[in-house]
Amino acid sequence: MATVKLRGARKSYGDVEVIKGVDIDIDDGEFVVFVGPSGCGKSTLLRMIAGLEDITDGTLEIDGERMNDLEPSKRGIAMVFQSYAIFPHMTVRENVAFGLTINKVGKVEKAAKVAEAARILQMEHLLDRRPSELSGGQRQRVAIGRAIVRDPKVFLFDEPLSNLDAALRMDMRMEIGKLHQDLGASMIYVTHDQVEAMTLADKIVVLKDGMVMQAGAPMELYHEPANLFVAGFLGAPSMNFLQVKVDDIGDDWVQVSSTVLASVKVPSKGRGFTTGQTATLGIRPQYLMTGIEGEGMLQGKVVLTERLGSETVVNLAVADGSTLIAAIAEDAVLVSGNEMSWTFDPALAHAFPEPLE
Amino acid sequence: MASKLTTSNRAGWGFAIPGFGLIMLFIVIPFFFAFYLSLTNQRLISPNPTEFVGLSNYDRLLSISVLTLEPERDDAGAVIREDDGAIAYPRVRTLTRNNPDYPQYQGMREWFRWHWGENAKVVVAKDVVFWKSLRNTLMFVIVVAPVQAGIALGLALLVNQKLRGINVYRAIYFMPVVVSIVVVSLLFRFIYDGNDGLLNNVLSFLTFGLFEGRDWLGDPNTALGSIKAMSIWQGVGFHMVIWLSGLQTISPTLYEASSIEGASKWQTFRYVTWPGLRNTAVLILIVITMQAFALFAQVDIMTRGGPLDSTTTVVFQAIERGYGKQDISGASTISVILFLLVLTISLTQRYLTREK
Repeated sequence: MATVKLRGARKSYGDVEVIKGVDIDIDDGEFVVFVGPSGCGKSTLLRMIAGLEDITDGTLEIDGERMNDLEPSKRGIAMVFQSYAIFPHMTVRENVAFGLTINKVGKVEKAAKVAEAARILQMEHLLDRRPSELSGGQRQRVAIGRAIVRDPKVFLFDEPLSNLDAALRMDMRMEIGKLHQDLGASMIYVTHDQVEAMTLADKIVVLKDGMVMQAGAPMELYHEPANLFVAGFLGAPSMNFLQVKVDDIGDDWVQVSSTVLASVKVPSKGRGFTTGQTATLGIRPQYLMTGIEGEGMLQGKVVLTERLGSETVVNLAVADGSTLIAAIAEDAVLVSGNEMSWTFDPALAHAFPEPLE
Repeated sequence: MASKLTTSNRAGWGFAIPGFGLIMLFIVIPFFFAFYLSLTNQRLISPNPTEFVGLSNYDRLLSISVLTLEPERDDAGAVIREDDGAIAYPRVRTLTRNNPDYPQYQGMREWFRWHWGENAKVVVAKDVVFWKSLRNTLMFVIVVAPVQAGIALGLALLVNQKLRGINVYRAIYFMPVVVSIVVVSLLFRFIYDGNDGLLNNVLSFLTFGLFEGRDWLGDPNTALGSIKAMSIWQGVGFHMVIWLSGLQTISPTLYEASSIEGASKWQTFRYVTWPGLRNTAVLILIVITMQAFALFAQVDIMTRGGPLDSTTTVVFQAIERGYGKQDISGASTISVILFLLVLTISLTQRYLTREK
């Protein structure tokens, strides 16, 4: 159980800076997910915490102690890799006990710890098998078992579910969630899958180009994205963006419009706008609804509908050339090619001063 | 099926026959021919017709015995001693030449002897030179296989690091492999030279003149060792490359996992690297063993089996007898024995290193 603190963490390979000054605080027992697109530096950041990569600048503290120059094994961490990294020539039991064998722990204690880990992961029946006889999910379970046995202060997961198929991924996701509840240890989890991030995290850290875009509780990030990138990254289907012009500004609102959008007042959330500037309006697909003909806020032509059962996802073409997505009730049947009126609650929309790329 | 293969598939056979024929002619037929010739008295050029002689070639090569010599005693029964105090024994040839009491030793000669109390045990063989060649070959294999494999692994571990210019080192270690063994042997003859060889000069320089120099290839005690050292040096780069390819198949995350667990360098090697190299190790061991058994060129060029047969080898004997003495059947017999020996050792190695 421990806190982790990164202050001004930087990482460069030669002239190329991949982590550009990151500050992150992780509380005791917190489940933190690093999420971001490929190449955003999330895995590098995790490996810096693990000690597999040097920290070029800044400090890493675990439980208030500076860890920058300590060996990985001295940092009180355990890591689970995407490729499992279990030893092919050892049985599951030997794999799980590997750290104990290395550190010459006594037989009795070793057996007890392995048994405990196997019980937690429900893999007692697998202990005498070899990795080649295990499925992907079972292998990852072995890797997690090896981490549990170390009794670490902080668990590190590097995309642990990426090599599993969809169904298994969901099972393992729930198991990791449960493991966190049972052990109560601090965990840092890297993924590019926002569903894993949303479901598992106490706190999500969204990274882009080696910088923290926003950190906070999943629902906070979902409902109050700090910027265009976070707004577009979290949520499925992702948020719709429309290029708009700022017409008027109030205390806590901003009025925007465009050639295809009737004038709406949306919360400004303290962001600075200037009248007449180009801005971006964001509307979650779930909040976009069909409107009464002639009274909608915008007109969109139905291009494609995907009926998923729980909802229907509609692709809309708007006159200014942009595409919108609406996720509407399951029983809606829309005819492709129909021009329709659409509406949304302006209070749930987001205005960003950055122009749309 | 037969008709289909022979008639309707003419083009296929047409393409296959050149390769097939060459393999038959130069590999398969000679292989079985060796077995056949070893059972005859075939000579390279001989006016007499070839006769089938059964296993007598094998008998002549492999016959070996131990005989016990009792000390010569005077009339009082006391042991007679030589001038220098050594016990005097009857001469071996009194037993092995036309001695009707010991027909089993007929025609044998002494290989070596040791003392057992007052008695002397003498190992006698019909073909002492062959037994010497067999011993030399085995000694060569026993030393070269593990040492060469071990040094090659050490080099591979060294050049498997991510350092600037590491390819230069890889190339340097590999260079002797590219040079022909004939050229290497000629060069080492100069290096090992007893009068003004490089090795003597270097050793003398390093010991400030204390080392007096020796004729490395002219001394039965050092000749085979010198050939071993040179052979290891020449072949080590090749095996280094094979080890290196094995090392590079080991996933880097396994090393990361073991470093997180706190494994020392030795533990990482013991638990991650070595198990990951198992298949490579089996391959290298078998390849080196087979190469070492085929030792010929170095001996032919550097010592021609001498001095006192101390460097003669099985393959050298086969060629020496087959072409030097025109004794084709004897050479074939040696080849067959070598084949069976190598086969046995390779199968044993495979069995010992099998996947459990």
